[in-house]
Amino acid sequence: MTVELLWWDGCPSYPETLRELEEILDQEGLQAAVALIEVKDDEQAQRERFPGSPTVRIDGEDVVPPGDGEPFSLTCRVYRTRDGRVSPTPDPEDLRDAIRRAA
Amino acid sequence: MIGQRAPEFTLPDTNGDEHSLRGPAVVVFTCNHCPYALAWHDRLMDVARDYPDVHFYAINPNDADRYPRDSAEAMKERVDADGGWPMPYLRDESQEVARAYGARTTPDVFAIDADGVFRYRGAPDADHGDESQNARWLRDALNGLRAGEDIGLAETEPVGCSVKWKP
Repeated sequence: MTVELLWWDGCPSYPETLRELEEILDQEGLQAAVALIEVKDDEQAQRERFPGSPTVRIDGEDVVPPGDGEPFSLTCRVYRTRDGRVSPTPDPEDLRDAIRRAA
Repeated sequence: MIGQRAPEFTLPDTNGDEHSLRGPAVVVFTCNHCPYALAWHDRLMDVARDYPDVHFYAINPNDADRYPRDSAEAMKERVDADGGWPMPYLRDESQEVARAYGARTTPDVFAIDADGVFRYRGAPDADHGDESQNARWLRDALNGLRAGEDIGLAETEPVGCSVKWKP
């Protein structure tokens, strides 16, 4: 399993997502390392198809696929938690579900 | 910053009407696209409703060329969709006000007393993800202003997306 965390330094949220990812991988008994990929400019954002920070991909699949037409740019992603709140990070249960599907 | 005079400004709202700083006031640098600004939005609107004796100003300073969701048109659409806000949503097109305040993030909150002096700067409260925090740090600052007391926690670290400066 490959786990990638794409991030941009204009957004302070990726350390929280990294911590949650590592906790969940540990809880699930998986040894996968999280590859950190810093996105530094708009060209790279286009090339990486980066909809914002943080973006988590497992085996190349976004754990929360962006909507059609979502632009690729240096921005902070807006997520929704499972209880409907706006959040700068994915719901940890969405991360867990994606990890279990890939395991 | 705390204890210094706040820069004055005059900026247009989403209907084109101009607003100038009048104390006591809360100035919030915010925007449409940042999840931190969105997460704290309702709490800040509630504070504005709960302190009618304080002037509130929401200011969007972001570069709308690179972030079209922060354009003047998108700001107006958002306010209209909400049926109005309890504070004007102002466009800082030149980014001069944001620079004068030293705004770093959206949100970045400043409380200013009746004499136009900074009395609080930072985040609304300790956790964007915990609605029960209820903008406690900002409310404590405003209660201190009302009572004429020193504000114990006068400066906190603003938390949010970086202000999107023009190149």
